[in-house]
Amino acid sequence: MAQTITQKILSKAAKRTFVDPGESVWLNVDILLTHDVCGPPTFDIFKEEFGSDAKVWDPKKIVVLPDHYIFTANEHAHRNIDLLRQFAKEQGLENYYDVGTDRYKGVCHVALAEEGFNLPGTVLFGTDSHTCTSGAFGMFGTGIGNTDAAFILGTGKLWEKVPESMKFTFDGPMPEYLTAKDLILQILGDITTDGATYRAMEFDGEAIFSLPMEERMTLTNMAIEAGGMNGIIAADEVTEHYVQARSSKPYEVFRSDPDAKYYSKYSYDVRKLEPVVAQPHSPDNRATVRSVQGTKITKSYIGSCTGGKLTDFVMAAKILKGKKVSVTTNIVPATVKVALDLEHELYDGQTLKQIFEDAGCSIALPSCAACLGGPADTVGRSVDNDVVVSTTNRNFPGRMGSKHAGVYLASPLTAAASAITGKLTDPRDFL
Amino acid sequence: MEKVIQGKAYVLGKNIDTDQIIPAEHLVYSLSNPEEVKLYGKYALSGVPPEQGGLPDGNVPFIQDGSFESVYTIIIAGPNFGCGSSREHAPFALKVAGIKAIISESYARIFYRNSVDGGFVIPYETSEHLNQLISTGDELKIDVESNTIENLTHKVTYKLNPLGDVFRIIEAGGIFAYARQENLMAQS
Repeated sequence: MAQTITQKILSKAAKRTFVDPGESVWLNVDILLTHDVCGPPTFDIFKEEFGSDAKVWDPKKIVVLPDHYIFTANEHAHRNIDLLRQFAKEQGLENYYDVGTDRYKGVCHVALAEEGFNLPGTVLFGTDSHTCTSGAFGMFGTGIGNTDAAFILGTGKLWEKVPESMKFTFDGPMPEYLTAKDLILQILGDITTDGATYRAMEFDGEAIFSLPMEERMTLTNMAIEAGGMNGIIAADEVTEHYVQARSSKPYEVFRSDPDAKYYSKYSYDVRKLEPVVAQPHSPDNRATVRSVQGTKITKSYIGSCTGGKLTDFVMAAKILKGKKVSVTTNIVPATVKVALDLEHELYDGQTLKQIFEDAGCSIALPSCAACLGGPADTVGRSVDNDVVVSTTNRNFPGRMGSKHAGVYLASPLTAAASAITGKLTDPRDFL
Repeated sequence: MEKVIQGKAYVLGKNIDTDQIIPAEHLVYSLSNPEEVKLYGKYALSGVPPEQGGLPDGNVPFIQDGSFESVYTIIIAGPNFGCGSSREHAPFALKVAGIKAIISESYARIFYRNSVDGGFVIPYETSEHLNQLISTGDELKIDVESNTIENLTHKVTYKLNPLGDVFRIIEAGGIFAYARQENLMAQS
């Protein structure tokens, strides 16, 4: 029987040869990811259900990456880090990346990739909705809550309903003004925020496979914004090269069968697409940048798991080189590795860091920061009636702090161009 | 579990995401310390823009100032309730505020799983646009066995979709209770 890549991975994890969309199966979990917001309550449930002396199913398969509320004076947030530290010690979790040490990484979805935890063909569950990011590596990744995560901690298993798949094919070579962010915002405008609920979103086509891993991660990252269970891109030589440079673990590459069944199929020619934004207050509220060009903004924010990777900053630097920003512009590298790369990566003879500093941007320490608002003292948090252009993933009311603020989701190119003019600006004006 | 759920309706629009249900700044409180748990009730639905809270009129507070519990028992919402982040704090906060059931045309997957597996609130689905037929403050009665909801204020009854396979998880009180009952934990 023909299967999609998602079915094949879930079949393997269920120790079966075939699984049918719609059936619920018990999956063996390869990696469980958690962070500082959902880790402590997950550990509480684990202890309550399995006993205070219980041991986790496999300490090597649990990855704990504090990233949400790191650089804050909030005492409750500090307590959460203490609770992670304590549990990691009790359980001997070698993959705990402690705050305030040289092991600290930053935003979990990007750090998972950097540290070699993303392996084609594997199954990842995480207590964060953007766990679907890892699907860029030809693996299954999805978000869950604390109770489900506690169940995995004790058993290494979880039930999941096998999703139907939707296929999105992007043909043509990517124009220099277009980014993965524009592609996913295009899809969201077409299928809306619940257009993929309980389904897999599979990305295919020449344009997709021309993208570096970081850009592919931007696409799969936002599958959840359409309600998708997972986003997935089959592994190719770009994936294998990235993975082999970071891990020596075995993995298995799966591809969809040509006659696999899809719930629906969408095709795009990237040469006909334009830079777009998602207007307030929903990720599916798409408009071409040209159609809203001139809308005044008060802040530009370039960061997060979606838009805080090295490739995102290279794009922003291309626009910002030799220019000055006219509104507050926050540069928030996703991870420590990305932050270091800003100091070494050159664009046109200058480091990215120098380009951003010369342009008048402020560079923050790596964490989730204002992508989800966070405690009151979070860098870049929106206040009052702010109008923010942001490379993040979500713009429901209050997402970046103030519930009276409006957030335009955009590519790093658009966010950088708009930072210069203080108005929504099509990046083609600067390229 | 209760066979009948009765209480006042609180009506919301579509795409109520988890940041509106419990804003991220409040996720730092403990979910086990009773004094801190109360705060989840206090701030439940505090991210909903005021004019969109308590439809059709709006500007109806879900929680009265200084209170930790709502006078409402059943949420009636438009489609895609609970979209956004994976925070289990969202159905937890609604439970702490006193919500027993939600009725929506559809749910985001993670919120639905969390509601059921954590045993917090019952997420009923319906094919009717109930958030346009019911008003905030209406007295409602859900009959769990017949899958119906009666608007006692207006004397109208609507069908709810059967809960299907998840009914047994809800009945057991969550995924752990269900897994023990079905001997699934011993298997693993």
